[in-house]
Amino acid sequence: MSTTTPLRPATEQSEPPPKRIGFGGRLSRWDLKLSPYLYISPFFVLFFVTGLFPLIYTGWVAVHDWDLIMGQGEFVGAKNFTDVLGNRDFWNALTNTFSIFVLSSVPQVICAITIAALLDANLRAKTFWRMGVLLPYVVAPVAVALIFSNLFADKFGLINSILGTIGIDPIGWHSQRLPSHLAIATMVNFRWTGYNALIFLAAMQAIPRDLYEQASIDGAGKIRQFFSVTVPMLRPTIIFIVITSTIGGLQIFDEPRLYDAYGRGGADGQWQTLTILLYEQGWTRSNFGRASAIAVLLFLIIVVIGLVNYFVTRLISTSEVKR
Amino acid sequence: MTAMTLTLAACGGGDDNEGSTTDNGDSSEAAGSGEQITLTVATFNEFGYEDLLKEYESLHDNITVEHVKADTADNARDALRNSLGADSGAADIEAIEVDWLVEFMQYPDKFEDLADPGVADRWMDWKIEAATTDDGKLIGYGTDTGPQAICYRADLLEAAGLPTDREEVASLLEGDWQHYFDVGKDFVAKSDAAWFDSAGATWQGMINQVEVPYQDPSGEIIATTNPQVRELYDQVLAASTDAELSAGLQQWTPDWVAGFQSDSFATMLCPGWMLGIIEGNSEGVEGWDVANVFPGGGGNWGGSYLTVPAQGEHVEEAKALANWLTAPEQQIKAFEAKGTFPSQVEALESETLLSASNAFFNDAPTGQIFVDRANAITFQPFKGPDYFSVNSALQDALTRVDVDGTDDAQTSWDKFVADVEALG
Repeated sequence: MSTTTPLRPATEQSEPPPKRIGFGGRLSRWDLKLSPYLYISPFFVLFFVTGLFPLIYTGWVAVHDWDLIMGQGEFVGAKNFTDVLGNRDFWNALTNTFSIFVLSSVPQVICAITIAALLDANLRAKTFWRMGVLLPYVVAPVAVALIFSNLFADKFGLINSILGTIGIDPIGWHSQRLPSHLAIATMVNFRWTGYNALIFLAAMQAIPRDLYEQASIDGAGKIRQFFSVTVPMLRPTIIFIVITSTIGGLQIFDEPRLYDAYGRGGADGQWQTLTILLYEQGWTRSNFGRASAIAVLLFLIIVVIGLVNYFVTRLISTSEVKR
Repeated sequence: MTAMTLTLAACGGGDDNEGSTTDNGDSSEAAGSGEQITLTVATFNEFGYEDLLKEYESLHDNITVEHVKADTADNARDALRNSLGADSGAADIEAIEVDWLVEFMQYPDKFEDLADPGVADRWMDWKIEAATTDDGKLIGYGTDTGPQAICYRADLLEAAGLPTDREEVASLLEGDWQHYFDVGKDFVAKSDAAWFDSAGATWQGMINQVEVPYQDPSGEIIATTNPQVRELYDQVLAASTDAELSAGLQQWTPDWVAGFQSDSFATMLCPGWMLGIIEGNSEGVEGWDVANVFPGGGGNWGGSYLTVPAQGEHVEEAKALANWLTAPEQQIKAFEAKGTFPSQVEALESETLLSASNAFFNDAPTGQIFVDRANAITFQPFKGPDYFSVNSALQDALTRVDVDGTDDAQTSWDKFVADVEALG
């Protein structure tokens, strides 16, 4: 009120009779211009506090000597970045992250779409099967990791015992690089395949049924229908799932952290991912500067991959329009 | 609640009247000290505190104690670092292991000063000195120490035609590390089992006999240039891989735990606190025993302190609990429960300790054995603030060769050198 009172005489003087706007009118004009911004502001305020600020602050920490307990130290410029990039651990972790990501995302999407197609068929007790598929998602990741790290134990694990009975030499699930990635990817797939299958299923049920009728009149079998009708119609959903699993895959932490009792990603860094390396630098070694530098690099990598995804998405959606 | 009433009943003894009067006295005292509070105690591995904490609750009606146990000391250390950095989230009492005590001594302000004339003479000198800062602040109350003996499977030794009696085993193994490995070679030639669990576990025994292992008192890291470290490294790996004495089971992994059940190895280094862990992992396995001997003389592995982080809400109550838990009488009970060997002077002379025996280990007189092992320790190695990080890197180097087989001794050492350089 105090701000509006001095304004009023001023308007009366400068703007003669015809345009007299009362306080009510003024309010409604503000309502028109300001309220939309107010309505969306909670998101931006929250985003600033929980998203943008930490992001910028991480960059600030990354150019300083920063101890977890003692806090800020001297400004060191790009030293943390050169330290990280000059260390074999970073490149090792980067390769591991991508390897686990590919090993988990690709089979996951293929399995999920197949399961969804099966669930889409005319089944008895539909809800039961659908809920059953989602069950692994409900299990806490910690429990999953504990169970799987026992199953995949090198010497006395169940999987190696089974392999032994059919004459295959035990596999070093914890000692060798690729097998450890496979084991971790299995955990990820176990948790997420069912969840993705349900998203696919929802999309499949939105596909008009007459397309299938048409296809069967044209003489297409079930498999042909799947590849020529279902998969093309699912394209946007596939892109969505690929993007979410990319983000999840690059930030993978729980599973590799809990894959052994030490949580450092193996004695030779066999399954040390970028987030594990970040954790090790920041918390085990107390070097927050370097940990932040890794975080910034990880952010840049995700942005690059996000951009690639964006262009692929545009390419596919425009090609659809042309058709 | 049931457990609480049980302990109360036990305290009361045979005389019901006497029991009830003590209870009344306790509750009125507790009511005087204020509102209902919960104290959290964070430990790792086995401290033997389960029954003690219940006992404390029954002594103090207004206090509930929550026990948080980490699976490994590494994880406990990470969690504590994190809570100190964030200035919240630490337990009211945090256990600290001797290997990373010095590291946390760098932040004395984060901990309550526990110095108290009443307890100044409670511990062995080196134990309390290690936790005292230059200006006389006491960071932690000592709990246990880790004098080491050799635990062995009598049944496996017998099958290989070696002596099984603990006196005979002790004289068989008397000598230096090379002698311990030589006996091992003799054993593995006649048995399917390995001699010890892993190079990393054996390393803990060896490195704790080096006076200045990784860092000199000026703070310079000498791990990669110290000839003693390299010598021991080569020795333990030669024994583990070339002579195949190691079962290749990395400690604390599921494989290691399963190894106890499948007769994988015949001996292991055992500090007192390891007894509880061996017993826990070996359910149904018979034949474990303890020999009063240790390669290269005496050695200490581990042992801990209870600290009270300054960020806690109930520091006074936490101090009182830490004080009570580390009192000689309570430490003796913890020893009886899990074999954690006391660091308290009075406890070392206690009749209960000296006459203690452990049924699981074939009724071995564990009290007397570990008192002897503690007396065999002539010095405490100097552990700088980076001890833990360097030792983790060295453990990784051993694991790469002994467990994973991804490297040989030389390439793994090169990676260790790179890791240590990256620490700075």
